[in-house]
Amino acid sequence: MTTLLIAEHDHETLKDSTNKALTAASQLGGDVHVLVAGGGQGTKAAAEAAAKLAGVSKVLVAEGPAYEHDLAEPLAALIVALAPGYDAFVAPATSRFKNVMPRVAALLDVMQVSEIIKVVAPDTYERPIYAGNAIQTVKSKDAKKVITVRTSTFAAAGEGGSAAIENAASAADPGLSTFVGEEVAKSDRPELTSAKIIVSGGRAMQSRENFAKYIEPLADKLGAGVGASRAAVDAGYAPNDWQVGQTGKVVAPELYVAVGISGAIQHLAGMKDSKVIVAINKDEDAPIFQVADYGLVADLYQAVPELTEALVR
Amino acid sequence: MKVLVPVKRVVDYNVKVRVKSDGTGVELANVKMSMNPFDEIAVEEALRLKEAGKATEVVVVSIGPAQASETIRTALAMGADRGILVKAEGNVEPLAVAKILKAVVEAEQPGLVILGKQAIDDDSNQTGQMLAALLGWSQATFASKLEVEGSDFKVTREVDGGLQTIKLKGPAIVTTDLRLNEPRYASLPNIMKAKKKPIDDKSVADYGVDVTPRLEVLKTAEPAGRKAGVKVKDVAELVNKLKTEAGVL
Ligand SMILES: Cc1cc2nc3c(=O)[nH]c(=O)nc-3n(C[C@H](O)[C@H](O)[C@H](O)COP(=O)(O)OP(=O)(O)OC[C@H]3O[C@@H](n4cnc5c(N)ncnc54)[C@H](O)[C@@H]3O)c2cc1C
Ligand SMILES: Cc1cc2nc3c(=O)[nH]c(=O)nc-3n(C[C@H](O)[C@H](O)[C@H](O)COP(=O)(O)OP(=O)(O)OC[C@H]3O[C@@H](n4cnc5c(N)ncnc54)[C@H](O)[C@@H]3O)c2cc1C
Repeated sequence: MTTLLIAEHDHETLKDSTNKALTAASQLGGDVHVLVAGGGQGTKAAAEAAAKLAGVSKVLVAEGPAYEHDLAEPLAALIVALAPGYDAFVAPATSRFKNVMPRVAALLDVMQVSEIIKVVAPDTYERPIYAGNAIQTVKSKDAKKVITVRTSTFAAAGEGGSAAIENAASAADPGLSTFVGEEVAKSDRPELTSAKIIVSGGRAMQSRENFAKYIEPLADKLGAGVGASRAAVDAGYAPNDWQVGQTGKVVAPELYVAVGISGAIQHLAGMKDSKVIVAINKDEDAPIFQVADYGLVADLYQAVPELTEALVR
Repeated sequence: MKVLVPVKRVVDYNVKVRVKSDGTGVELANVKMSMNPFDEIAVEEALRLKEAGKATEVVVVSIGPAQASETIRTALAMGADRGILVKAEGNVEPLAVAKILKAVVEAEQPGLVILGKQAIDDDSNQTGQMLAALLGWSQATFASKLEVEGSDFKVTREVDGGLQTIKLKGPAIVTTDLRLNEPRYASLPNIMKAKKKPIDDKSVADYGVDVTPRLEVLKTAEPAGRKAGVKVKDVAELVNKLKTEAGVL
């Protein structure tokens, strides 16, 4: 059995989600090849990083303008062109692969298994349903497997390999969509899906300014990533890529600090696997306290500055 | 341009589902069912296109048990023109749903299909992308903005790093994210009017699609529980606990 792992990268560096999905791919038991598809110079560097990962036996590189902007159609066409040589296709469940992999699966006439959290056997996996309120064990009867991996539940594979790097056979770009532009927040803070600590704010923040004044300084003091509830994002207090939850990002940091967040099931779905959860909320009956290891019933506008201050010393 | 909107009947998002004690699934008897919230957003977007003169007809389709007609009625009450119910019992996986939708698209010839990005029960996040693949159409998932440009579309998508805007050659598939719009409530007169709007009754057999599941569900279990911890009295105690007890600072 040979598995093709499709790498997540930003066209410069390989993303940590690739290392985590590699752990899942290795657990399927066969050889693991990694596909790095991207545009421009950085693709090579990402491929070289992939070749160093432990457990990778070959790296395929596809470089070209069609892969520069993560468009679904050309990347799906490429993976399908490579499909005859593989028994399983694995990718981290990032927005890029949530977009691409079902397209691959349908073209291969395979039912995808989304966001697995455990490999039970090469054809059997666990995945959460109903916002994580139930865990399903499913067995795939398809000849080829198409799998996305919830990276928060797999440890990152380390270095130690020295795989050969080859060019991937090219595939024609169907030319159905074109890139127009993007607004990507550049930030020095750690990314949510790999941050060790996350500080999240909810509707109680009341404004973008308060996020900057209360949440961000605390996050920066802790070297943390910044998250938000859907209510805070919908209200415009925080950008969409900060949303944690069933329909946002799923995170499992060492420490998750929920500030002014009530703890709706859709929010809990995105953070309840965090190692330690701290909740600051003025309502002592807020559901967030049912999952918090440490709860502080307090007005955030007092408690957060105090906490930020306490961390200086 | 005709717009097709697939809508799914799911457990209402306010319901906290329970796993059946024998591990065969989740308890669905007597729980409140509603339209998948992302599909309400899809219906709303289609209606706005019609109101702006960009769409001529909004057709909704649901695949599921007889009660899925209630979900179609909800969409008709919001303002959709007509519905199609494809009756199916039991487990219909996204791949099979996409195959049925492909047949519906071939019969209806819409210029645009708007789906939800994920159904909040199975959380698969697949159907739209699969439909696009089967039709050989362009796709834009997780849309937060949709503009019609002739027979093409410009779509802003919510992606991990922020926002991405792409142009799609029509006909196209778009899936909705939370911030595309805020769905309207159906007014009482519109609920009454919806009762007279036509719903076409179909069955899976009409489309000749094999819906045999490819995934076998071996068991459904409760997730590992998390116990409530302690309340701390102040910030000082919190910092102390995080340092000494939790060891995360
Ligand atoms: C289809 C669907 C998908 C969804 N997906 C997500 C998702 O991915 N992520 C997500 O987060 N939500 C999601 N939601 C929304 C979710 O249901 C909740 O509405 C949302 O999480 C609430 O956000 P909140 O906790 O910030 O706001 P609220 O529920 O309004 O809570 C605010 C909290 O702040 C506290 N508070 C107020 N003032 C102060 C103060 N001064 N000091 C301290 N505490 C204070 C209050 O006691 C309250 O507990 C989804 C909903 C639907 C229907
Ligand atoms: C009565 C019944 C019981 C079921 N029981 C189980 C079960 O116990 N376990 C299990 O794994 N699966 C079960 N299923 C199947 C499950 O509902 C399918 O996997 C589902 O139809 C597609 O998955 P999804 O909704 O997560 O897809 P997603 O890809 O997340 O859905 C995205 C979008 O596709 C559209 N869409 C999806 N499904 C439909 C539909 N049926 N009609 C119209 N539009 C649709 C909607 O616009 C939706 O927003 C059941 C289905 C039915 C009808």
